[in-house]
Amino acid sequence: MLRLGRLAPYLTAWLLGMLLIASAHAEVAVPPLNARVIDLTQTLTPQQQQAIERNLAELEQLKGAQIAVLLVPSTAPETIEQYARRVLDVWKLGRKGIDDGALLLIAKDDRTLRIETQYGLEGVIPDAIAKRIIAEDITPLFKRGDYYGGIEVGVLRMSRLVQGEPLPPPREKSLSWASAQDFFPALLFGIFVLGGFLRMLFGQLLGAGIASAVIGGLLWFLMGTLTFAVIGAVIAFVFVLMGGGSGGGGMGGWSSHGGGNWGGGGGGGFSGGGGMGGGGGASGRW
Amino acid sequence: MLRRHLLAVFSLLVVLSLSGCGYNDLQTQDEQIKAGWSEVLNQYQRRADLVPNLVNVVKGYAAHEKDVLTQVTNARAQVGQIKITPELANDPKALQNFQAAQGQLGSALSRLLVVSENYPQLKADGLFRDLQAQLEGTENRITVARNRYIQSVQVFNTTVRKFPSNLTAKMFGMAVKPNFSVENEKEISKPPTVNFDSKPAQ
Repeated sequence: MLRLGRLAPYLTAWLLGMLLIASAHAEVAVPPLNARVIDLTQTLTPQQQQAIERNLAELEQLKGAQIAVLLVPSTAPETIEQYARRVLDVWKLGRKGIDDGALLLIAKDDRTLRIETQYGLEGVIPDAIAKRIIAEDITPLFKRGDYYGGIEVGVLRMSRLVQGEPLPPPREKSLSWASAQDFFPALLFGIFVLGGFLRMLFGQLLGAGIASAVIGGLLWFLMGTLTFAVIGAVIAFVFVLMGGGSGGGGMGGWSSHGGGNWGGGGGGGFSGGGGMGGGGGASGRW
Repeated sequence: MLRRHLLAVFSLLVVLSLSGCGYNDLQTQDEQIKAGWSEVLNQYQRRADLVPNLVNVVKGYAAHEKDVLTQVTNARAQVGQIKITPELANDPKALQNFQAAQGQLGSALSRLLVVSENYPQLKADGLFRDLQAQLEGTENRITVARNRYIQSVQVFNTTVRKFPSNLTAKMFGMAVKPNFSVENEKEISKPPTVNFDSKPAQ
């Protein structure tokens, strides 16, 4: 009891310290991405938001590129560059592998704004051009208090640039293979089950041979490396020969979740396509 | 029959333990670091490539700012002398030298931009403005690349030191990697001195 009492001040101090640290790190949260235009400052009317949204949706239909607009009151304690990067790291605008996304971020009370591009649009909207859009088109209107006009013209300039770029056409959902590790367990069980069947049908040696050929071929096809395929085939052969698959029965009901997932969610609302970026773009003040 | 089952279970355990011992994690994270480091070098190189153009443009309007211009040129030359290899990242001493040289170039460049504020004609020059925007963008990319590199090194080092992956790391000779630090640690840990003397700050 006494010991605990003596510890109490230290404990409170420690707790206070932790609280202080926690509050010092309180950064502006990244809002969930549910629309192309997100206004946390109530600057734009719903009609204005919809108008910009329609332009951006049209662009995505036409070229596949994703551009979003975000208005926040402030990005403090971070700089607008840090916050923009963090938002895009979460939102992942742009198609996966093409990375054709961009963000127009406006921190209204800080009076700063930034165009942040993902890797795929760094060539279409280079930093110098982004800076010009900000300095020549957007900020003059922002200075007059015309936020909608500034955003509209900025979005227009950006989408014009994107439309002039030969990007890969927007495509339907595609099949993306998960990494080899993801279907490794499934493969292992496949060997078990397949081996059991083949051994029952063809006998030990022949069954093992067929199983190894199938596994090897499958691996070669999937991963494109012969060494992997050979190793897999040998493992399968040894496995089946030694009786890895116990008769094939009793294994039902196990369903494979490996083998790759089919595309990103394409349903209602709006979501990023998995694009990446590395801090391209330009910032400005008004 | 029993022995067969035992054998099957045993082989399954071997396979599972291979992925459980952190070997694959270590390999993945090591590659991540290499890619991250390449990006860091890539962006530093981009900055160094911008310098000659920038110096030329500034020279056109502010030729008598010799001090700053030579400082930038020298710092650029210094950066060029460091042989950039992927192994650089594994050598704490070399990494420090690399950082120091890049830091010098960074501060020389920012001094150049401060000086250029005094020349309205230079500031209005289209080429200068474009170069300035590119430089800003590159500085930001460097920050992002460094940030990501720091994070991936942190992840790798944690894996190297944590049990049981530390045993695997030791077995394959993978050591903790040096990380970036702030370039002027001493300077920023000092409180800034504010001087109201009539002498202008330099």
